[in-house]
Parts: sequence; structure tokens; C-alpha cells
Amino acid sequence: MAAYIVRRLVWVVFLLFMITLITFVIFSVLPSGDPAVLRAGRQPSPQLIATIRHELGLDKSKPVQFIDYLGDILPFLGHNGVDFGYSYQNSEPVLPAILTRLPNTIFLTAGAVILWLLVAIPVGVISAIKTGSWLDRLFMTLALIFVSAPVYFLGLVVLYLFANDIGVIHLLPGNSAYTNAHGFFQKAKALIMPWCVLAASFAAIYARFLRGNLIDTMQEDYIRTARAKGLSERRVIFRHAVRAAITPIVTLLGLDIGLLLGGAILTETVFNIQGIGRFAYQAITDSDLPVIQGTVLFGAFFIVIMSLIVDILYAFIDPRVRY
Amino acid sequence: MSTGTGASDLLHAQDSGIDAIVAGNVGVAARSPLQLFWRRFRKDRVALAAGVFIVLLLLIAILATPIRKLVGAPGPNVQESGALDQFGLPTGPSSAHLFGVDQIGRDIFSRVLAGAQVSLKVAFIGTGLSVIVGTTLGMTAAYYRGWVDTGISRTVDILLAFPVLLLGLGLASACSGAQGCLGGHLQPGLPVVIVIIVIANSPYVARIMRGQTLSLREKEFVEAARSLGASNRRIIFREILPNLVAPIIVYTTLFIPANILLEAALSFLGAGVQPPQASWGQMLADATGIFQSAWWYMVFPGMALLLTVLAFNLVGDGLQDALNPRSGQSR
Amino acid sequence: MTATSAVKPPLLEVEDLRVHFETDDGTVRAVDGISYTLERGQTLGIVGESGSGKSVSSLTVMGLTRSRNARISGSVRFDGKELLSASDDEIRSIRGDDVAMIFQDPLSSLHPFYKVGWQIAEAVRAHREVSKAQAWDRAVEMLGLVGMPEPRRRADSYPHEFSGGMRQRAMIAMALANDPKLLIADEPTTALDVTVQAQILELIERLQREFDTAVVVITHDLGVVAEMADEIAVMYAGRIVERASADTIFTAPQHPYTWGLLSSIPRLDTPRDEQLVPIPGRPPSLIQLPTGCSFHPRCPYVQEAHRRIDPQLQPVAGERDHVVACLLEQDVRRRLWRELQSGAAPSAAREDVIEGDAA
Repeated sequence: MAAYIVRRLVWVVFLLFMITLITFVIFSVLPSGDPAVLRAGRQPSPQLIATIRHELGLDKSKPVQFIDYLGDILPFLGHNGVDFGYSYQNSEPVLPAILTRLPNTIFLTAGAVILWLLVAIPVGVISAIKTGSWLDRLFMTLALIFVSAPVYFLGLVVLYLFANDIGVIHLLPGNSAYTNAHGFFQKAKALIMPWCVLAASFAAIYARFLRGNLIDTMQEDYIRTARAKGLSERRVIFRHAVRAAITPIVTLLGLDIGLLLGGAILTETVFNIQGIGRFAYQAITDSDLPVIQGTVLFGAFFIVIMSLIVDILYAFIDPRVRY
Repeated sequence: MSTGTGASDLLHAQDSGIDAIVAGNVGVAARSPLQLFWRRFRKDRVALAAGVFIVLLLLIAILATPIRKLVGAPGPNVQESGALDQFGLPTGPSSAHLFGVDQIGRDIFSRVLAGAQVSLKVAFIGTGLSVIVGTTLGMTAAYYRGWVDTGISRTVDILLAFPVLLLGLGLASACSGAQGCLGGHLQPGLPVVIVIIVIANSPYVARIMRGQTLSLREKEFVEAARSLGASNRRIIFREILPNLVAPIIVYTTLFIPANILLEAALSFLGAGVQPPQASWGQMLADATGIFQSAWWYMVFPGMALLLTVLAFNLVGDGLQDALNPRSGQSR
Repeated sequence: MTATSAVKPPLLEVEDLRVHFETDDGTVRAVDGISYTLERGQTLGIVGESGSGKSVSSLTVMGLTRSRNARISGSVRFDGKELLSASDDEIRSIRGDDVAMIFQDPLSSLHPFYKVGWQIAEAVRAHREVSKAQAWDRAVEMLGLVGMPEPRRRADSYPHEFSGGMRQRAMIAMALANDPKLLIADEPTTALDVTVQAQILELIERLQREFDTAVVVITHDLGVVAEMADEIAVMYAGRIVERASADTIFTAPQHPYTWGLLSSIPRLDTPRDEQLVPIPGRPPSLIQLPTGCSFHPRCPYVQEAHRRIDPQLQPVAGERDHVVACLLEQDVRRRLWRELQSGAAPSAAREDVIEGDAA
């Protein structure tokens, strides 16, 4: 097992390197706005552009730029600790800017995850047990609708109906409420709508998936054996079937958490939450390379680490898996 | 995919078609697997209705201009300031403008029709290309194994580690300058969106097809063909590929709705289809400013998106159930 | 002086059991009227091809076929108690306690995520008020009884860590943990290597003697029940077509299907060049059964009337407890069997006996 973890960590490092490289290629090699020009303001003189370009290190060749960047972000190779560079837009250091926004993304993700698991697991199990009943049909129809609805549409509809400033029914804090909220409970209240909207499509996916998986699991031979032992139906369903059916959900969950920690761009945009996703999106629009690289690295890092965690967890959940 | 589009569904969708099609069937009267599949699909009325809806949608998209003229609506980019009320705010649904107008007086009905064209093009062309690229990669990797397999699989892993939406946004913005990118070959707008879709989807398809090919490769009929002296290419095209048709169909129908949502998301964020071309996602982005007073601007494009994706999902579910019946249907 | 003791009822009495399933394609007549009796400590072998209804009949005894689309009729009396009309709770308390079942594939029949000892202990605690520790001890004890080396260590292992034979032993241990009166073994050796098969059968026999358990062995292979069974019932297309003591089935069978089964067993004591004669054709669809005698499409001795008349189980004259469902006359059947025994092929036998008669 230890050997496996080491091998995976080596792969993680390689992955992150490749991702940094690809990001660099996309945003600095593929043509786009010239950041020096963008920074220089209105009607810059050529000397100003050249100066800025030199300041930002853009006059060095691309490979050198890349290697410099790598040196900066790695803690032991760089000159002065970990340095993710400075935003082209406002010269703020990138790493602290990301780290300030990270808690917002984490808060949004955590709440959504808890909500969707609380909904999806009972719904999936009930639908699987009572396949074909009106309840099953109702749940699955709703699930299908939520899978098909874009998150931002749901967000807009929800805001339209329930936002307490502009909605039809004044119920919950609306757009931008999160930024203005102080303290844990105010923030949590402001996140109720975003949580619901973000959780909706995930809950639908998970419920459908669990239902299908559980239905298949109930056909397995060991379920027949469990019944033949005379166990109560409830025990058969929960201790035997659900226990087996729920393991792939762990993989899914890990990957989705990794994805969301990199920033739920759409939800953050609709509800104006200053998370990593929104930050990345703004940076892309502004061609702010250091910020882009920083946020993409963070996002990829989460995905990759969660993937590793999930694989290791799997070894504990499924005794057949041995590394 | 971070758009929450059900892509997680895709990685874990059932291995639906191979056994049903390749293996035999319960003997009542002998029916070909295709007939059985069609019979089961026919019984699924909801999926059939969804299929009809899609056909209608295709017709509408193709015949957008004649329909618009029939209804008497102006073109999608015609700005009628007369349609705005005295405060300069857009007016809602009326006989002149079925779905109302937007803040610069454009008829929303026409724009929704135009948006259908974009979504469907993206859906079919983008998904089609992804499936072709992904299947080729997956089959090649699984069939030849060794270095080829390692190379392809590792590349796929790297791509899969990328946050998809960010990747898409990045590519779109990189190509958003007037010169486009790749030396001007790739212009912003629809072509970029299709490239993004292919890059986003192919890794998933490749991984799935690789798995399928790996198991097919070990089956006896491949061994038999090989012992008869069939060349690799022949085996791939005559033996393996036909057995991949069923999963290909299933995954295509699963990917189409995801891609429609992906394009809409990109357009929503401004990185997809560029104005003046209309796209449902873009319209929703425009709507964020004024939806509280102009609900039609949010509802009609949003419902169009919802219904289209829903229809494709229903058909996909129906196909899956018909190819792989089990005691509980997907719905 | 002696109290009038009523004759104890047989352990298991199955009477005209029918199990039909309603499906989209039609009604599947999985079990179409079978009857048999089993006494304590006895062994019954139910033999038939896949699709003969042999498994469904036993699953029904356990109450495991109750579902929305199942139509079950007839009577199944266990120890005097009618099972078909028993409530779900009642039959659940009998399952795993008085009646136990083991299945064909021990790898897929054991839960992959739980230790073997845990699964056996679970079976114990479902029916007995004992502590977890006691149940675990019982699990270890049972594993020892079935011949598992190092039972305590084995109880702490997972099913995938066992070999096929050991897994089947574990299943037997689990089934016998509550000392059932009846053990149903559905194809217990089919998924195992030949050498291990013999060990498992021997194990079942030994345990049966020790605990006086009645056993029903379901198999497609007559060879499996040759030694073990006291009585053998041959099933075809949802019916019993012949039932007799094991000796009789092997020495004087009277149904063409049984003859076919016997001649398709490879044997060491027959001349090498003697051909194995498989039964031509395939088992019939249980949705569209053939008209008349269900076996007639595959029977080498078929006659016109057999396509129309459905044979019932009739006792064989002069023999005790031997019933056959065949339209051929008894005398004809005996002669055919003699011909086959002397090495003639079925077609030759038919020519000699049947067409010889007609001539």
C-alpha cells in the first residue's frame, strides 16, 4: 500500500507539472491580448509597453518564462519562498488572493455536498426498493428535470421567485448577499439558495445512479443468499445491498468534490460569490496570466488529490481491492 | 464536467449493449437483437415522445427562417426600439412578439429559434466528432497495448485532471482576439466551441471505449479471426468495431445533452458563441441584468434549454433500457 | 398402554406445485405440477437440464419466489405446516433455521465485503438469541466441522481469499449453522473442479449422517447423485417425468429422457470407442411448451399420438414407488431399455422394437 501511495504521488507531481505546462501554453503561447498592452492603459507609448514587458518578465523567451515560473512556485527552488506571481491587473500577489477566496469556495462546496447526499441517498434507495411505484416515477422525473436544467437557469429562477430583495416571494437573501454578509450564520443564510441550486443537479445524478446501481445489486447472488438465511428484508436491503451499491458513489463523490473545490464558476457567477471559480473566470477575461495559472493549478491539484484519496479509501471499503 | 451536467453519469453508465446484441436471446420466436431492441424502445412511450420532440426541434432549427416569417416575427438581430415601452424597458409577450423582446428590442422568439440551430449543431457535430476521436484513441490504445496504450492513456489521464470549464474558457479566451489562434485557423465562436467539446469529451469516450475493446479483444471470435490470418486492421474494423456500435450509440446519446449544456455554459460566460449569433446560454447571460422585470427573457431561452436537454436525456434513457433491460427501468 | 401416536408426517410434502410467472412475452410455466415426498434424513436428487424448473421448485419451497408476477398454486407442507400460504414473517423464520439452501457459485453467493465468520454469525443471530461472541464461536465451530483448516483464522478472512472448494465448505457451514432439518443444495458442485466435487459431496453426506438432515440435491448431472440419493426425480419442462429409488433409476429406468441422461454420462467402464450419445435438440421454452408430451420433439421413439396427448405420471406395474410419465407401453419401454443397455444406438433400438412390432 505504501508503495502504491508513493507511486501515485509521483504521478500527481508529474500531472501537475503537465497541467502547469499546458496552462502556460494555452495562455501565453496561444495568441491573446498582449498583457503588457492591457496593463499599460490607454494609448501607451512603445517605451511604456517595453518597460512593462520587461517588468513582467515577458521579454524573456517562453521556455525561460516557464522555468522561472516553476522555480517561483516550488518552495525549495525559488528565491523567496512560494511565489505565485502578481496579478497583471492590480499587482496583488496571487497566492494570498486565492487563499482569501478559498474559504468561500469550500463553504459553498461543503454545504452543497452535505445537502445533495442527504437528498440523493434516501431518494435513490427508496426509488430502487419501490421500483415502478408512483413515488419512484415522481422522484425519477424530478431527477431527470434537475439533471437537464442548467445551473444558472435554476439560479435565476430561484432568485426571481425567492430573493428577498427582488423576488416574487421575499424569502431568502439574494444575489450579492454573501459578499455583504458577516459572521457564520449570516453567510450560511446567504448561501441557502446557492446550495440548493448547486446541489440540485448533483442530487439528481446521484439519486439516479444509486437507484440503478442498487437495482442491479439486488439481483446479485449474495442477496439471494442473505434472504435464504432468513434475514429481515430491511437488513438484506441495507446491510447487504446498499452497502455494496454505495461504494462507487465514493469515487464519484471524491471526483465531484475535487471539481467543485476548483471553483463552481457558474453558481459563483450567478450569486456573486467571491470564490476561486469567479476569480479564475475574471482572470481569464482579463488575460491575467499569473492568476489564471494559479487558479488552474489549484483546481487541478484538488481534482488530482481527491482522486488519490478516493482510490486509497476504496481499499478500505472494498476488501477485494489490494494495492 | 463542472457544469453538473451528468457527466459523472457517463463514466459509470452500464455496459449496456454488447451482451444483449452479441449473445443470444430467450427463445420464443426467433427475433434478431435489433428487432427486440426496437420492440422494447417502442413500448417506452415517454422516450418516443421525446424522440418526436427532437425531430420537431431539428425541423424547427432547419426551418427557422421560414417559420419566423410565417409567424411574422422580425429577424433575430433586428432591433426595434418601438417595441420598448416608455421607460425604455422591454415589453413582454404580445401578438407582435410571441416571446417578448430583449433590452435592445430584439424579438426573443426569433432568437430562440436561432439558438436552436446553435445548440443542435454543437450537439451533433461536436458530439459526433468527439465520439469518432475518442473511439479511435480508445480502440487503438486497447488493441495495440504497450507503448501506444501507455501514451494514450496517460494523455487521457492528464486531460481528465483539468477542470473542464476552465479549460474551455481558457481556450476560448485564448482564441478570442481578432486574429483567432492557431495562426488564424480557429476563429472565436462556434468552431472554438466545437474544438473545446471535442477536447473535453474525447478523454471520457476514449477511456470507455478502451475498456470495451480490452474485453472484446479477449473474446474467442477475435482469436478465431486472428488464427485465420486476418490483419490487425481487418480485425479492428470487422470484428471489434461492430460490437462497439451499441455502447457508441448509448454514450452518444448521453453526451449530447451534456454538450448542449456545455456550450450553453460557455456562452453564458461569454466564451462561446459570439454576438451577433444568438445562443440560449448567451441569452440567459443577458437576462441576468433585467430578469426581475423581464421574466420572459429568462424563461423562454431557459425552458428551451431545459426541454431540449430533457428530451435528449429521455431518449438516451430509453435507448439504454431498450438495449439492456433489467427489472427496473431507468425511470 | 402405548399412546396412540399418529404417524409422523413426512418432513416435506410437495403436492401439485405450480409456479407460473407473468412476463411481457407470455406466461412462463416454470413448474407445472410436481409432487414428491421427503422423509427425515433422506436424500432426494432432482435431476434435469437448465430450464427444467428444478431450481424454481426448491426456491418456492423456501418462499424465495414470491413476487408480483408469480402465480403459485398447490401445496408445500413442511413438518405438517403449509408453507405456500404462510405469512412472509413465518416463512422467514423457517428459512435459514429449519430449511437451508446452498447455491451453485459460492464466490458470487457470499457477500464480498464481509468476513466469512461474520456472515455465518449473522445467520446464527438471525434465529437464535445469542451474543456476538457466541455467534462467532459457533461460526468457527461450523467451519471446523466442514473440514476447514485453521477455522479461527479463516473466519476472519474474506470470501475472495478462499479457494472454490473452501468457499463451498463455508457456504455449507453457514447453511448448517442452525441445524436445519432440510438442506437444499442447488448445483453444489457445478462450479468446482472435479477433484473438489467429490470432496464436497462426501462432506454433505457425512454431515447429513451426523445431523440426520434431509437433503435435496438439485443437479443436471446424474453422476453427482448416483451415490448420495435415496430417491431420484427426473424433471423436464417443469414436470417430474420419472421418479424412483436411485437404484431403479440407474438399473431399470423407464423414461426416454432418463435413458438419454444416463447415456450422456462418460464412464470409465465402457469400451473406449462407444459413443457418448447426447440428447439431440434443446430444452423447450417454458412459455411455449410443445403440444402433447413435452419431450416429444426430442424423443427418438416418438409416435403420432404423442404429439397430442399429455402423459401423466403413472406407477410402474410391479414396482414400488416408481412412477413414469410416458405414453409408450411399459413392455415396449422395458425392451427398449434392454436394447440400449446392450449398446445399441437409440435409432437402432427404435427400429428393432417399435418398428419391429409394427411389422
